[in-house]
Amino acid sequence: MQPAHMAPRRIWLTALATVTSLAALPAHADEVLVAVAANFAAPLQKIAEGFAAATGHVIKPSAGATGKFYTQIVAGGAPFQVLIAADDETPKKLVAEGHAVAGSNFTYAIGQLVLWSATPDLVDEQGAVLAAAARFSKLAIANPRIAPYGVAGLEVVKARGHTEAITPKLVTAESISQAYQFAVTGNAELAFVALSQVQVPGKPATGSMWKVPQSLYGEIRQDAVLLKPGERSAGAKALLAYLKTAPAQAVIQAYGYRH
Amino acid sequence: MTPDDWTAIGLTARLAALTTVLLLLVGTPVAWWLARTRSPAKLLVASLVAMPIVLPPSVLGFYLLLLMGPQGPLGQLTTALGLGRLPFTFTGLVVASVLYSMPFVVQPLQQAFEAIPERALEAAATLRAGPWDRFVTVALPLARPGFLTASVVGFAHTVGEFGVVLMVGGNISGQTRVLSVSIYDHVEAGEFGAAHRLSLMMVLFSLVVLLGLQWAQRRKAVTPEAP
Repeated sequence: MQPAHMAPRRIWLTALATVTSLAALPAHADEVLVAVAANFAAPLQKIAEGFAAATGHVIKPSAGATGKFYTQIVAGGAPFQVLIAADDETPKKLVAEGHAVAGSNFTYAIGQLVLWSATPDLVDEQGAVLAAAARFSKLAIANPRIAPYGVAGLEVVKARGHTEAITPKLVTAESISQAYQFAVTGNAELAFVALSQVQVPGKPATGSMWKVPQSLYGEIRQDAVLLKPGERSAGAKALLAYLKTAPAQAVIQAYGYRH
Repeated sequence: MTPDDWTAIGLTARLAALTTVLLLLVGTPVAWWLARTRSPAKLLVASLVAMPIVLPPSVLGFYLLLLMGPQGPLGQLTTALGLGRLPFTFTGLVVASVLYSMPFVVQPLQQAFEAIPERALEAAATLRAGPWDRFVTVALPLARPGFLTASVVGFAHTVGEFGVVLMVGGNISGQTRVLSVSIYDHVEAGEFGAAHRLSLMMVLFSLVVLLGLQWAQRRKAVTPEAP
């Protein structure tokens, strides 16, 4: 036990330690406003820890649908400094329309499509269940009009030659998160989702899945881009650079994305 | 519960409280006018006030985003006034919530004002009470149950706001990420446990609010009217 009269000195020491640790941070630690695709919110949270430790900058993520961010940026003048999108079209469009910095867009991850079921033995490793139409009544898929994973799912069904049998069983969700929800709750026996949704580090894998071979669908490229409000932010630029580093890429791969 | 969840809860409470106070200030004269007027404009004003009940929140949110954005007339006005732009700010949420919750405050007030017997106001007038005096000393006390309902429902309805906030708020932590959006975030991220904790709180909150309201209304019904 410390005697009571020691207390003031300890307070001073703590204060001193706090000041020195603050001084060790870079001169201007930025707060970066990041709009991130919902499917990448969890990995970004992990990446943010390493990023803060390495650079001192802190990110403030807002998760949502890429299409909604596009509307908010173009029509509403959203203050986001970086967009981490679920596709490569939106960043390209934002650059073309002058809302993002030219040449700053790049692919940070490539999505891996899986056919997933909450039922442990429904999906085998070759995806044969797609041909056994009697074994399921609903297959959830993200809206192909707005979600690249939805487009990819349709391509797989077509490549396997089951379009006619499966089309009546398709349930369209507004996003892959919702497609996953339909399947988790058992309302759809099957769903095309991202590997990153069913392979979460630290969580046991559930159900059954087929990792769809890349040859059956077009690449799902997810791009990041520096938005105009981030043009002068050292933190925003540092984040985009950090996404390309080995520690960030390791996190991205651990969450089931390819690179 | 994460610190972010607590931030969202605090933000939601602040938003709902501020919106309710503003709506009582704005809604009382509107409701009084609606209750007393014989103007043909009454139908139009009453319909405009009621519109958020019928309109999908995404429509309200979409048009507010356009109106308050850099190209919108409201956005250009606020920028010219040096206030900056409203979308993605707490102020923007307050403006959106006031519109969104308007009918839930104005309608109970209007009903309460309509229920005041004309005789009470006439009696006050014969005692030489001016219009303002009649309103403050006769109408307001008689309409007290209406104010209670309006405040509680206005507050609760703002707490439950989602579509409008998601559109004009931008889901920014500490500024616009309210409770309903946090729940959506947790569900989208597959964090069902966190979503359950916040959702159950909302379920309990709604139940307590509605029980409280019914209890207050029953008490009012049981209390004999003053002669």
